[in-house]
Amino acid sequence: MPDEKRWIDETLTPWNKGKIEKRVNSSNIELKLIYGPWDVNIDYDKDLGFPGEYPFTRGVYPDMYRGKLWTMRMFSGFGTPEDTNKRLKYLLSHGETGLSIAFDMPTLYGYDADSERAHGEVGKCGVNVSSLQDMETIFKDIPLDKVSTSMTINAPANILMAMYIVVGEKQGVPKERLSGTVQADILKEYIAQKEWLYPPEAHMRIIRDMMVYSTKYMPKWNYISISGYHIREAGASAVQELAFTLADGFEYVKMGIENGLDVDSFAPRLSFFFNSSINFFEEIAKFRAARRIWAREMKETYGAKNPRSMILRFHTQTSGYTLTWQQPYNNIVRTAIEALAAVLGGTQSLHTNSFDEAWALPSEQAVEIALRTQQILAYETGVADVIDPLGGSYYVEYLTDKMEEEAYKYFRIIESMGGVVNAIKNGYLQREIAATSYEHQKKIETGEEKVVGVNIFQKENEQPINILKIDYTAENLQIERLRKLKMKRDERKVKESLEKLREVYLSDENSMEAVIEAVRNYATLEEIANVGREVFGGWKEPMII
Amino acid sequence: MEGAYDNIESKFPGRKIRVLVAKPALDGHDRGVLMLAKALRDAGMEVLYAGLLPTPEKVARIAVDEDVDVVALSLHNGAHLTAFPEVKKWLDKLGASDIQCVGGGIIPPEDREKLEMMGITGNYGPGTPLSIIIDHIKKAAYKKWELELKEKESKN
Repeated sequence: MPDEKRWIDETLTPWNKGKIEKRVNSSNIELKLIYGPWDVNIDYDKDLGFPGEYPFTRGVYPDMYRGKLWTMRMFSGFGTPEDTNKRLKYLLSHGETGLSIAFDMPTLYGYDADSERAHGEVGKCGVNVSSLQDMETIFKDIPLDKVSTSMTINAPANILMAMYIVVGEKQGVPKERLSGTVQADILKEYIAQKEWLYPPEAHMRIIRDMMVYSTKYMPKWNYISISGYHIREAGASAVQELAFTLADGFEYVKMGIENGLDVDSFAPRLSFFFNSSINFFEEIAKFRAARRIWAREMKETYGAKNPRSMILRFHTQTSGYTLTWQQPYNNIVRTAIEALAAVLGGTQSLHTNSFDEAWALPSEQAVEIALRTQQILAYETGVADVIDPLGGSYYVEYLTDKMEEEAYKYFRIIESMGGVVNAIKNGYLQREIAATSYEHQKKIETGEEKVVGVNIFQKENEQPINILKIDYTAENLQIERLRKLKMKRDERKVKESLEKLREVYLSDENSMEAVIEAVRNYATLEEIANVGREVFGGWKEPMII
Repeated sequence: MEGAYDNIESKFPGRKIRVLVAKPALDGHDRGVLMLAKALRDAGMEVLYAGLLPTPEKVARIAVDEDVDVVALSLHNGAHLTAFPEVKKWLDKLGASDIQCVGGGIIPPEDREKLEMMGITGNYGPGTPLSIIIDHIKKAAYKKWELELKEKESKN
């Protein structure tokens, strides 16, 4: 074994007189100057394995990007349902089959366009959906048996999923053939993104209903996408993102098993969504560690037999937080490096952010550069030619092990509190994130953490860039549309189906059919959400600061 | 924001600046406000947090009830042009025009000018050093204190 101590004494110390600046990564893991075989103890078959084989550290598919490149899935959505319909058709005509839809804030929070709470926000951060009618417009002339649709919707995910099912019915596509994803990861909402309607137990019950229903009737439907992205954006370190996200995942698995589902009947449909931030090797190690932990726990703790239940498939988005307002073009470079980390980490799909997103919603030109960044990585750089090219790097393997070790420390803390829901209710997870975020910011303030253009290499005058402008036409149009809908729909049927939903919510029955029926009768998003608000109540988060 | 009372603190010995931080719309991006709240507290201010999803009216009412000097508003959802002025409008309506409104978040430059004209100052974007924001909030609070002094003087 090479002797590290000898090297330090004989070569390094005479060279630098024992002076080395301390370095830590986002997870507060202190980094040595160099890593070697003395730092890692790899049992190849047990710890790494071949791609497509347990524990899947090197990749979930045998041929990875040589078989199929990652999906370049750019998240978009804006304005009216018509605007989005046009945009989706454009994408389809250019060969895209994977659609990804962003909803506006009122939709995400379960308010209709005509709600007082929605004022100024309709169609701003995504498309507005107030009723089935809007969903019909979004997918007009788009055959739902030919596309797969990813919908970034959480708290009211059951309602949007029901709308998608009914749109399918009306097109003559049975739900068994619908393919797509709703994010529906409510745990990370309480932890980070903070978009909920009801208390945690009520939302978990609704997710259970979606899970059981999908497992029974919708074999191609991903009823949840377990997300670390927002946890990271809210201020978590890489290790916290890894640990909290996987802990959420295990919580859903436990729920499925407790509700009588065979783990192999539902686990293959679980997928993940991670952040790729700026500390390059740390991110790559995080993705590798995530695959290994998930595979091991699914097999050994949750009794999965089918390898499909053990593989951690994930979508990645580059970090929005690392984009700077200052010198915005530098963000193109940051995004490229983060995207590269995601690819070297073995992602299944990727969204690259646009350079102008610290200024406004992205302009078309900025989105195009972001997409081109992925295409350059895929087709010019050769980084997708060989699977897991950093596997075996002493540093990356050391970090992978270390991230895993640190994640398990968090698992134990969460476990000791009685699980994720309790760790949310006592505010532990939220406080951990807020503390990390504040410590990080203080390091930027003192210059310990350097950000180009922000605390080093600043410029006096920032040149303005062209940004996207969104007007208020969507809001007025959507309000008018709702008014007309409420005049022509069958009010008696609306009332009956909402009343039925109330009964089902009060019982412990599966609520999906009742939600679908309410949607079919054109009860609005807010009306359906209100039934839940009345039955379950709202939720106020514990004191975080 | 330089006023006639350059060393206004000396006129209010021991008085702490009271700030309400709030996100007055459907926006859960709370990294900024939580961080700001901690930083303002560390800078010696008394900080209140309005919790998630308060309406502009509720924010203004808390500000008045809690007798704060400054309301620090943050939004990342594009609703700043409607929500920030709405808070200001409610403050005026409640007879609390002296409470200062400052803003921050994802705010395009041209919107900053508009907000500034409506009496919402600062409007800093991501990447702004906390020291600059803290300094701005201090000045805003001192302006409020000045207004109090002036009112007292005019009554005497």
